[in-house]
Amino acid sequence: MPVIEVCGGNAVNLKYNESYQKFREEVRDFLTQNWTPEDVAANPVVNELRRGLGGGARTDERATEFRRAAVSEGYLYRSVPRAYGGSEQQPDPLKATIIAEEFHNAKAPYELSNQGPAMLVPTLLAHGTEEQKTTYIESTLMGHIRWCQGYSEPGAGSDLAALRTTGVLEGDAWVVNGQKIWTSNASDADMMFALIRTEPDAPKHDGITYMLIDMKSPGLDIRPLRQMDGEAHFNEIFFDDVRVPRDSIVGDRGNGWKVSRSTLKAERALIGNASMQRRTLDGAVALAQLTEVRGRKAIEDPAVREKLADLDARVCAAEFNGYRLLTAGHRGEDPGLSGLVTKLYASQLSYDIAMLALEISSDRAMLGQGETIAPFDGMMMGSFNGAFMLALGGGAPNIQRNVIGERGLGLPRDVRK
Amino acid sequence: MDFGISEDQVLLKDSVRKFLEAECPTTRVREIMESDSGHDADLWQSMVDLGLTALPISESFGGAGLEVLDLALIAEELGFACTPGPFLGNALGTIALQASSNTEAQNRWLPRIAAGQTLATYAAGEKIGVWDAQDFEVRHSGGKLYGEKPLVPFAAVADILVVAALDSQSHVPDLFLVERGADGMTTKDLIGNDMTRRTSTVHFDGTEAIALGGGTEAIDRVRDTALVLLAADAYGGATRCLEMTRDYVMIREQFGQTIAHFQGIKHQLADLATDLVPTCSLWWYAAHAIDHIEDRAAHTSALAKARITDLFDEMGRKGIELHGGIGFTWEHDIHLWVRRSLFDRAFFGEASYHRARAADLRGW
Repeated sequence: MPVIEVCGGNAVNLKYNESYQKFREEVRDFLTQNWTPEDVAANPVVNELRRGLGGGARTDERATEFRRAAVSEGYLYRSVPRAYGGSEQQPDPLKATIIAEEFHNAKAPYELSNQGPAMLVPTLLAHGTEEQKTTYIESTLMGHIRWCQGYSEPGAGSDLAALRTTGVLEGDAWVVNGQKIWTSNASDADMMFALIRTEPDAPKHDGITYMLIDMKSPGLDIRPLRQMDGEAHFNEIFFDDVRVPRDSIVGDRGNGWKVSRSTLKAERALIGNASMQRRTLDGAVALAQLTEVRGRKAIEDPAVREKLADLDARVCAAEFNGYRLLTAGHRGEDPGLSGLVTKLYASQLSYDIAMLALEISSDRAMLGQGETIAPFDGMMMGSFNGAFMLALGGGAPNIQRNVIGERGLGLPRDVRK
Repeated sequence: MDFGISEDQVLLKDSVRKFLEAECPTTRVREIMESDSGHDADLWQSMVDLGLTALPISESFGGAGLEVLDLALIAEELGFACTPGPFLGNALGTIALQASSNTEAQNRWLPRIAAGQTLATYAAGEKIGVWDAQDFEVRHSGGKLYGEKPLVPFAAVADILVVAALDSQSHVPDLFLVERGADGMTTKDLIGNDMTRRTSTVHFDGTEAIALGGGTEAIDRVRDTALVLLAADAYGGATRCLEMTRDYVMIREQFGQTIAHFQGIKHQLADLATDLVPTCSLWWYAAHAIDHIEDRAAHTSALAKARITDLFDEMGRKGIELHGGIGFTWEHDIHLWVRRSLFDRAFFGEASYHRARAADLRGW
């Protein structure tokens, strides 16, 4: 029996040692010199929920100038090569956390996290031509080209590969006909990355091409889709003989399913990130601290405290699991189940946090956003509705359960046709 | 920065797993847990030979000088294998001695614990639910201990007990050491749900005890370590229940196919895995915090213990349900872990107590 040798005990190393403290000070100095904070909203829950979004998503000239400076310092878009407008840094979750915290506190423009930077950019980096990379990546990172995603169709949701929007090559252009649905932010978007069936005779996964489509193309029609909370975040897109230049495809024709996998993987990582859950939980704590129910602050209720602590444990687990995934990625290890579960985990957690916020709001939880007699004008309803978007975006929960069961636990595949 | 376990740590886990698979399969677990003392000297000696008792002890005292995370990785494997015996109590007694300020006692006992010549245990909890050092009533006065510690792991076989008690002179909690057979000490074995880890009530009536020093800081460090070791044990146990259940549904046939083909079963297992898997990072973090991030140790260890012992219970319950009738028989092994989960849940205080502590520690 071999006796265990003394092992290195520093595999987990999260200490904010001196070099990180120094790094934080550098980031702070940079922000002080380059960005003046935005006004703070009067509503503390709004601040907690939207912390960082105040200036974070701005794309005006001043924001662009600031972002370029932050990229050249190595603070933003750290995994994107310099040649395409990123800052090409070694992965370091602790530095990334410090940057995120300090930029949020300063309400400074931050990395844009919508579908262009989060989904298209990783796809172009993996499969795009040199020309596509230079044309699209930097302007997408700066928010000058805004993207929407054209994947789902009325008959192709969970079974995405059943999509039927067609593209037929006629001379120097693809002629596209059909319909997409659940397209977020389509009316603001300049371009769409879409999956189009170009090889009708091939097996369903092999007949799809990944296409970049100008939203101003003649024959392309956008119709808003009103959702359960009354907002219209999504749209339906109709294509009637829309002409798309022949070279506006990513990867080979018929290879779009494979190309899109890198995008979906990126989306799972985006949705799996715990910062949104941490912000929402901070909002719920602020709500409990300020809301008085039957003569007592909600935060003084032991039942509320216990539920908040349980959610805190779940958010902490998601945050630390995020560190683990980053480390695994850096080491080139397959994270296995710990990578597959993040999306389902985060969407359930979001829903449970939102439900506790409604519980804290007592009877006023029946009131909608903007109603002034509800605590914080009913703002927590945004998290409630947001939890559904999180659950359904990028694959419904039961599809996630299939993926976890089949790929993660090795259970047999469902019968699929 | 890194957040993963090192190659050495993977090796450590693998050696312990292979050792336990070979030396302590569930047939052996059952023999030991049904014996009088629940402690098997041969198995324990093999674990000593493997280096498990020396692991957390400083090199200057003949140990390997490793950290709480390394110790917790062992606890995970013991939970995975449902290993019976005094590992937990011995580890806590060791950590307490190390955290004390009595170098003479450390010199005397730590090398002996490392070499497996002395078995230690730790006595903390008192009246129902009392685990906070500030509330202990067992007192040390004129060199002697008075009072009762109701839940002490393997007190019946331990050579030394490290006891957290109130010092009558200074009126602060502190650590004390009692040797087996000391006058005025009586032990009574308890009926436990978990048959793999025995406990006794220890009564002190003027029992001679050496003052170890260390105070509340040392007692709190032992508590945080205990919470992490219980969380790691629960994680290992829950993982084993999940794997056993997964393996069973892949061979059990009903309605002409294995029941793993039913989405109702696949989705239930996926949900359990989704809850459980990310919590591994929670106890890793808490273990690391005890040695390196002082101001996060109490909070994260409380959250890890509460969350993961809850999940161990749930995993055991769903595991039995998915096994069907066979899961409720004595013959099937899964109840060994269900019993073990009841220890992890209760020892050092229930989940809601630690969630309440965690809320306080957040400053809410």
